[in-house]
Amino acid sequence: MPGLILRRLAISAVILLVVSMLVFVATLLLPGDPAQAILGQQATPERLEALREQMNLNDPFAQRYLHWLGGLFVGDFGVSAASGGSVAALLGDRIAASLVLMVAAATISIPVGILVGSYSALRRGKAGDHAATGISLVLAALPDFVIGIALVTLFSTTVFTVLPSVTMAPPGEQVWDYPSQLILPVLTLVLVVMPYIIRMMRTTMIEVLDSGYVEMARLKGVPERQVIWRHALPHAIAPVAQVVAIQLAWLAGGIVVVEFLFRYPGVGQALVDAVTNRDVQVVQALAMLIAAVYVVVNLFADIVGIVTNPKLRTGGIR
Amino acid sequence: MTTIDTATETIAAPPGLLRRIIRQRQARIGLAFTGIIVLVAVVGPLLLPWLTGYTSTEFTGRPFQPDGVFGTDNLGRDILSRFLDGGLTLLVFAALATALGMLLGTAAGMLAAYQGGKLDSIIMRGNDVLLALPQLVFALLAITVLGPQGWVVVLVIGITHAPRIARVTRSAASAVITEDFIRASEMYAVPRWKILLKDVLPNITGPLMVELGLRMTYSIAAIASLSFLGLGMQPPTADWGLMINENRIALTLQPWGVILPVLAIAILTVGSNLITDAVARASATVEESK
Repeated sequence: MPGLILRRLAISAVILLVVSMLVFVATLLLPGDPAQAILGQQATPERLEALREQMNLNDPFAQRYLHWLGGLFVGDFGVSAASGGSVAALLGDRIAASLVLMVAAATISIPVGILVGSYSALRRGKAGDHAATGISLVLAALPDFVIGIALVTLFSTTVFTVLPSVTMAPPGEQVWDYPSQLILPVLTLVLVVMPYIIRMMRTTMIEVLDSGYVEMARLKGVPERQVIWRHALPHAIAPVAQVVAIQLAWLAGGIVVVEFLFRYPGVGQALVDAVTNRDVQVVQALAMLIAAVYVVVNLFADIVGIVTNPKLRTGGIR
Repeated sequence: MTTIDTATETIAAPPGLLRRIIRQRQARIGLAFTGIIVLVAVVGPLLLPWLTGYTSTEFTGRPFQPDGVFGTDNLGRDILSRFLDGGLTLLVFAALATALGMLLGTAAGMLAAYQGGKLDSIIMRGNDVLLALPQLVFALLAITVLGPQGWVVVLVIGITHAPRIARVTRSAASAVITEDFIRASEMYAVPRWKILLKDVLPNITGPLMVELGLRMTYSIAAIASLSFLGLGMQPPTADWGLMINENRIALTLQPWGVILPVLAIAILTVGSNLITDAVARASATVEESK
């Protein structure tokens, strides 16, 4: 098993490396000169040349790539063309703010999704199951911004006006000092992520409930509560872990739209701003950051899959 | 239905797949939902001159006023005109992106499954790299470099669909290529492309149709999301995603500019998801009864 995990780890590292090449090559396709973009049209040739030297723009391509890649490991993401400041300083607080959003969404959606999915499976074919599957089918189809705007119209502008629809923390204070502003963005993410968890949990739970060992336990006279909690649920959760991980990885990209919608001062909002301003250094850094989160979460899911699957567990020994 | 029709149907698809789909209530609801929105999007631009008297980019009054049926938008244009004119580009772009993704993904997936060996691992490792970037982030990267243009959006959404479709195609096709009739075709020295097209493809239509529906739903969502971020369709084009972006600052004052396009996108995606779900069930029951 350790061999299998190591192999998976190496593959992830290679994938990230290739992604970094892709992301870096993207800058070469850009028309225009980054130094010119920072200094503007009025810059003197001497100052341009100095900045080009400072940004290593005169070096050969491969050397620039290695320099950029090396910088990523020590937290040096380069200089933003739009603001002229360092990208790392720009992103510091925003990463924390986005993490708050993602962690809150995950801690709510995973347990609730598993519970609703199991409930749905236990009441298969009854009204509660139909309601749960119907609602999750509809929610799974809706784009995230549609869910967000529906929530805004419902709770903050038109129907009820109880919750703030934009996030506004005064400079120097953190977003989590204002929990009421977090409710709508987190709720949107939860509603986007949960349907998939519910549907997967329902499917695997039905499979497990129909299996021989559950029937055996029931025939032995094990109380129904214990059948569900001790025999069925633990076996159904393993396949769901994969779906949960895919959803968590999705969150890394999905926060972009939700943060833009609620003007939440996180990584996603920064990414949209950077794309609008064609601020390549920032887009590069954020694309790498999001890809890294994505790959690491997927890696984690695969490791969980390897550890929980007895067939794969012995695979490394042979 | 005539006998000729049923005869061609049994050759084209697993017996009764279409009828199994239509028999489900949710498929009929889904068809009605998507049908309504497609009708609005296609007929809307034609009806404009008679229905509202304004074009979608014409200024008719002051911003956010209750003039006309649904009022005016952020620049004082008629909301109903913009709504009727704003769906067609979204649908066409989503269809093009889905078609591109299906074409690339199916070709790559079938080749990987049939050829195996080195080509297989090259295609599948390439897939892994493309899958390491979330779809939206990939699109944003491309838009930064190439600018927010229609063909960029179609291309990048199509390309990001391809690896996901290729995976499904590969696993479906690898079950088919071990069958005896493929061996037989190989013995008759049928060209490789003909085997893939005539022998393999017709036998994996079930999973491919599910994938088609799924990718269409995601294409609509992705393209509308990009427009909503202000990075897809550019002003002054009338577009549902863009309309939501333009008018959401006045949600309390003049909600129709947001509610109409949001409702349209919601009904459209829910409809196509209902159809997809019905197709998935229908093809699953066909598999089981085999």
